[in-house]
Amino acid sequence: MNELIFFVNKVLVSGTVLGSIYALGAVGVTLIFGILRFAHFAHGDMMTMGAFVTFVLASIAASMGIQTFWPTGFIVLPFAMAIAAGLALGIDRAFYQPLRQRGAKPVTLLIASIGVTLMIQGLIRLFWGVEARSFFANEPKDLIRIEVPFEGVRPIVISEPQILLIVTTVIAVVALHLFLTRSRLGKGMRAMADNADLAKVSGINTRQVIRATWVIAGGLACMAGTMLALDVTLKPDLAFNIVLPIFAAAIVGGLGQAYGAIAGGFLIGFAETMAVFNWSILLRPFRQSWPDWLPFPADLSLVPTEYKLTVAFVILVVVLLVRPTGIFKGAST
Amino acid sequence: MTHIREFILFGVLAVLIGILVLWLSPVGTIQILALASAYALIALGLNVQWGYGGLFNFGVMGFLMLGGFGVVFASYPINESFWGSDGPMLLGRAAIAAAFGAVIIIAAAKSEKFGLGKRSRMFALVVAWAVAYIVYRSQIDPAVAYIEGEVEQGFVGGLGLHAIFGWALGGVFAGAVAYVIGKICLGLRTDYLAIATIGIAEIIRALIKNMDWLTRGTLTVSPVPWPVPTQADLAASGLEDLSLITARSMYLVLTLLVIVVIFLLLQRAYYGPWGRMMRAIRDNHIAAGSMGKDVKRRQIEIFVLGAALMGIGGSILTTYVQIFDPGGYQPINHTFIVWVMIIVGGAGNNLGALFGGVFIYIVWTISDPIAEFIFRNLSEFSDGMGWGAIPDVQSRALQMRVFVLGLVITIALRYAPQGLIPERIGGAKAED
Repeated sequence: MNELIFFVNKVLVSGTVLGSIYALGAVGVTLIFGILRFAHFAHGDMMTMGAFVTFVLASIAASMGIQTFWPTGFIVLPFAMAIAAGLALGIDRAFYQPLRQRGAKPVTLLIASIGVTLMIQGLIRLFWGVEARSFFANEPKDLIRIEVPFEGVRPIVISEPQILLIVTTVIAVVALHLFLTRSRLGKGMRAMADNADLAKVSGINTRQVIRATWVIAGGLACMAGTMLALDVTLKPDLAFNIVLPIFAAAIVGGLGQAYGAIAGGFLIGFAETMAVFNWSILLRPFRQSWPDWLPFPADLSLVPTEYKLTVAFVILVVVLLVRPTGIFKGAST
Repeated sequence: MTHIREFILFGVLAVLIGILVLWLSPVGTIQILALASAYALIALGLNVQWGYGGLFNFGVMGFLMLGGFGVVFASYPINESFWGSDGPMLLGRAAIAAAFGAVIIIAAAKSEKFGLGKRSRMFALVVAWAVAYIVYRSQIDPAVAYIEGEVEQGFVGGLGLHAIFGWALGGVFAGAVAYVIGKICLGLRTDYLAIATIGIAEIIRALIKNMDWLTRGTLTVSPVPWPVPTQADLAASGLEDLSLITARSMYLVLTLLVIVVIFLLLQRAYYGPWGRMMRAIRDNHIAAGSMGKDVKRRQIEIFVLGAALMGIGGSILTTYVQIFDPGGYQPINHTFIVWVMIIVGGAGNNLGALFGGVFIYIVWTISDPIAEFIFRNLSEFSDGMGWGAIPDVQSRALQMRVFVLGLVITIALRYAPQGLIPERIGGAKAED
């Protein structure tokens, strides 16, 4: 049984956590691609920026003596998301909108987003240095042990930020679904993603749709960055390193398709954790009855741990080649 | 056909270099110029891919690493301990396993000739990949464990050739990998190609970083031999004070020679029928295809050519610093900066790429001391005002250049999207 619990801890829990982060990031990437038609590389750094905004707010809250049952970083998250959405709008206004109005090609916007990435990174490191920080410097990071009703079996371990992450992801996904299917603006977004010109002539306010896109993408990026920083630590290269898996998730789900991005995020997250998991651990209970002629495998992981991130890239490249429209081609939105 | 703009810009560059000589020192300036010329070569390579061919390569870093590995493999002294051990035999078995894997994968890919349907072909391909992977891992894993554990230095060593061969081999490695990538990826749309190449560069980095038996990985290889006598050689032969500047100058002259030859060849090709065909394919590949040009083959050709130039540039960089450290490669320093170079310099113009390469490299290098100077003064100022000094001035100042790089890209895209030296077609400036 211990082996099975180990599997749950190592694969199910970490896969869900990783998948939630990827999904939240990929939704933003995919929405921007759907509406504005360019691959927004600065998305990873918008996540990091959001996490730092939360960090500042949490420090302010802590200095004001606000202490609750919840982690302070989680309490201030809504305010941070609002600020991050404003920053995203500002970035669009300053760097992307002028290029769009000139009628620049999507490639030019892509290169501009690289410039934005570098600027955000430079500024973050300028103000906060390169060292890692923790949201839990002044408060405990609770570990929750879920006991399993068997004798002598280790508990399932999950940390408080991880549970919050999974719950907020579910809430965000449901809210996004309701927004896209019920609200006028959300329907306008879907229409514009399908056909921008047609949306424009049917009277949809495309400028408003673009603003809404940046607000949603910025807010979700801030949420994803903060939850990631709560789970691990806050570093300036927090999300820059995972921007490619996020793109992989968005592409696997089909660029421009919000539901595909969520599925793609979990697919990539689980693929990574399962590829580096040592499957021979699950065989250990059968060691007694293992046939003598077959040597017992010590290491059955598909790829060595140091290649964990590479798994996402391989999936990305294979999907691009075999099915560039993503595996959920034809899904609505 | 006026060249006033080029004269002015290169004049500015000359003045900038003059200031560097006075401000830093001749020795320091030569070092900057030697590295800048390596970057100029890399920028030429990217200019061939993006400027001539319109191919969006965001994986420059991967090709630089392949070039660096190529020069290490060719020019590092032979590791007797490896060749005298069981290592070559084990690696030979792994190579046979790899060849076997390749054969069954190709057989599966061509299986429609044996009458398999589309679905069963897909299934056969997946099975073939899995079998090939398992067979290869079963042979390579013991070989890796043996070489990393038993052999001195823990890797296969080099071939002990002259560094010039190493540069050539670096170009060949990068070109060969580019051929495979091009075969697979060049059909993709521009932004997908960008993402795919970034992913591939990261895969190359992960492989080179972790294949310790071949590259020594993060343990780093040094010293990589120079193609010209090093300072130590010259000092031993009696040149006392001038040894450093002579050695570096000789290196710089050699790299300049390489660049001049490559530049002249590229210019000839660009203004010849080949260059016109490439621009035709870039601007409208459907029209070019209908005129009978083999678009895909030409694109692969240009991708390989550009990657080979990047590989040579990457090996020149590695040779100069004499250490191959796979952990030191970062997308910012090795991919994005090259993009800034050709965007600022002017895509589609070799002179622009050269100018951008040297100019941006100098700006990148000197923005660190300048930022530190500004920060120290700011820190003293704020300290004097009673606000307290700025902590970690040095490491913070170092980050300023990342910000400057990003700012330069966005400004260039907004106000000079053609670059400082735009592409010239038939003596007139391009419209767009």
